[in-house]
Amino acid sequence: MFAFILRRLAVAIPTLLLLIVFSFVLMHLAPGGPFTGERALPPQVLANLEAQYGLNDPLWLQIWNYLVSVVIHFDFGPSFVYPDRTVNQLIANGFPVTLTYGGLSFLAAVILGVSLGVVAAIWHNSWVDYLAVGISIGAQVLPNFVMAPLLVLVFTLWYRWLPGGGWSFNDPSFWVMPVIALSTSYMASIARITRSSMLEVLGSNHIRTARAKGMPEHRVIIRHALKPAMLPVISYLGPVFVSMITGSVVIDIYFSTGGIGKAFVDSALNRDYAVMMGVTILVGALTILFNLIVDVLYAWIDPKIRY
Amino acid sequence: MTLLTLTDLSVRFQTNDAEVRAVNDVNLSVAAGETLGIVGESGSGKSQLSFAIMGLLARNGRASGSVMFDGQEILNAPVKLLNRIRAEQIAMIFQDPMTSLNPYMRVADQMAEVLTLHKGLSKRDAVAESVRMLDAVRIPDAKGRIRLFPHEFSGGMRQRVMIAMALLCRPKLLIADEPTTALDVTVQAQIMALLSDLQRDFGMAMILITHDLGVVAGSCERVAVMYGGRIRETGPVRPIFADPTHPYTQGLLDAIPRVDQDDEELRAIPGQPPNMSRPPSGCAFEPRCPYRREGCASIDPPLEAFAPGRARACHAPVAEVAARHMRADPQPDLVAAGDALPADDTLPAGAVAGAGAAGATQTPGSEAKP
Repeated sequence: MFAFILRRLAVAIPTLLLLIVFSFVLMHLAPGGPFTGERALPPQVLANLEAQYGLNDPLWLQIWNYLVSVVIHFDFGPSFVYPDRTVNQLIANGFPVTLTYGGLSFLAAVILGVSLGVVAAIWHNSWVDYLAVGISIGAQVLPNFVMAPLLVLVFTLWYRWLPGGGWSFNDPSFWVMPVIALSTSYMASIARITRSSMLEVLGSNHIRTARAKGMPEHRVIIRHALKPAMLPVISYLGPVFVSMITGSVVIDIYFSTGGIGKAFVDSALNRDYAVMMGVTILVGALTILFNLIVDVLYAWIDPKIRY
Repeated sequence: MTLLTLTDLSVRFQTNDAEVRAVNDVNLSVAAGETLGIVGESGSGKSQLSFAIMGLLARNGRASGSVMFDGQEILNAPVKLLNRIRAEQIAMIFQDPMTSLNPYMRVADQMAEVLTLHKGLSKRDAVAESVRMLDAVRIPDAKGRIRLFPHEFSGGMRQRVMIAMALLCRPKLLIADEPTTALDVTVQAQIMALLSDLQRDFGMAMILITHDLGVVAGSCERVAVMYGGRIRETGPVRPIFADPTHPYTQGLLDAIPRVDQDDEELRAIPGQPPNMSRPPSGCAFEPRCPYRREGCASIDPPLEAFAPGRARACHAPVAEVAARHMRADPQPDLVAAGDALPADDTLPAGAVAGAGAAGATQTPGSEAKP
């Protein structure tokens, strides 16, 4: 197992390098650049700017310089659009925010989704099941850009319980609505996957054996059914966790949370090469890491999986 | 002493299309220490019968009638009562030992939980007792192997684990639902031999559910033949195999290929088993029966005793069915196998008769995984 983890981490390095090169080339292939705005800059100014950021160098040299700066100095460079800020600073400011509300949303989605799915499977085809399925369909069909303004309308404008936007690490009332808005649709998916996989497990032969042993139903479920029922959920959770902690542009815009979700989309719109690369590398590295964690969890649950 | 009595036991399944009548008005009893074989083809209701006894029917299944165990009604009993009886009084082993053991748990944990639950043993004592039981089912190096997961055992070894797990609480009745169907032939014989040894040592009764007549001949005292969810013929093993009085039993015995058989083709019962979501109004076997007569299609014959310990459900007279059987069969192997038993230990003879039907051979010793 240890060797497997080392091997996977070793493979992660060329994967990330390839990711960097491909993203870099694609970004530069697209027409336009960070300094093409609605109002054309004087040619001399443009030339100076491009020289300043090294955009006149051949592409391979730009990639090489970028890789050296990232790998050797862990420096993702200055933002092209906000000259006073580096990408490292942008990520250092924004990532803790998205990590907080994303991580909390993940916990909420997993705990509620799994419970809802398990309960629905246990009382299959009863009103509990229909209610759970109803909740998860409702949560699924309500997109977060509809959910977010509705939450603001109810909790900020009508009841005046929660601040309508902004962010504070010290005041959890700022966290509530982003977490609700981000977690609901994930919770719904987790509930549906848990329910169907639990139903399948509950109909399997080894559960019948467990019942034939005279075990109370709650013990059958906790000791014998939960583990195998979690397998499909876990494979879904790896990528979901990454996309949740790297934030959501909808949440960042509606609640002015200042996370990197908005920074990422802005950078794409502004052609802010450095920020785009920085966030891409962050998401890529986290994806590789959490896929590895999923594989390790799989082997821990299913003894037939050995690496 | 009667241990288990089934009275008018019926099982219905509610499906989206129709109600499936899997088991219909079954009356049976099992004495303490006795071995009863229940024989029938796939879909005859024999497995559902055993699940109904244990209260293990699928969610859409409903059982009616009565199941008295040791003087206590256990059909549709509260789960609390059933959980005291399951594993402690009635244990069950299943057809497919790979999927019936929990693939995600070590054998030690799966076995020990039975004892911690029912006997209140500590985990350590429970594991020690489980090792002793694995020794009893002749698993070599039980102490080391109990730490393994089910997939690390071969098919035969898994079924031994299953048997050991079922016997942990020394139940009075063991229900074996096709215990050898998923195993290859030599292993089948070993498992059946083991089951009869253990049954004698533990003094428990056994219901052996199978479609393999060889297995029944080798290890049962009485047999009940099921077709279309009903018992069609019942009685002691030897007379049933020597002179079957029900056309279906006769068809089953005729279908066993024999060494002395001259014709190239295997004999089979023509036609298809009945669709139990649309059961026929008369005898379910009528469309396939060579003895059918007026009334068979409209009136389902009741199970009636016609000799001491024997009963049949058929409109055709005993003499007519028996006469034809005598003409058709001079000396079937199976009867020879049945002759040697049930008192005898050389039981693989019976299993080997079934082996012919399975048509496969395996080298001995292939059960043990390297």
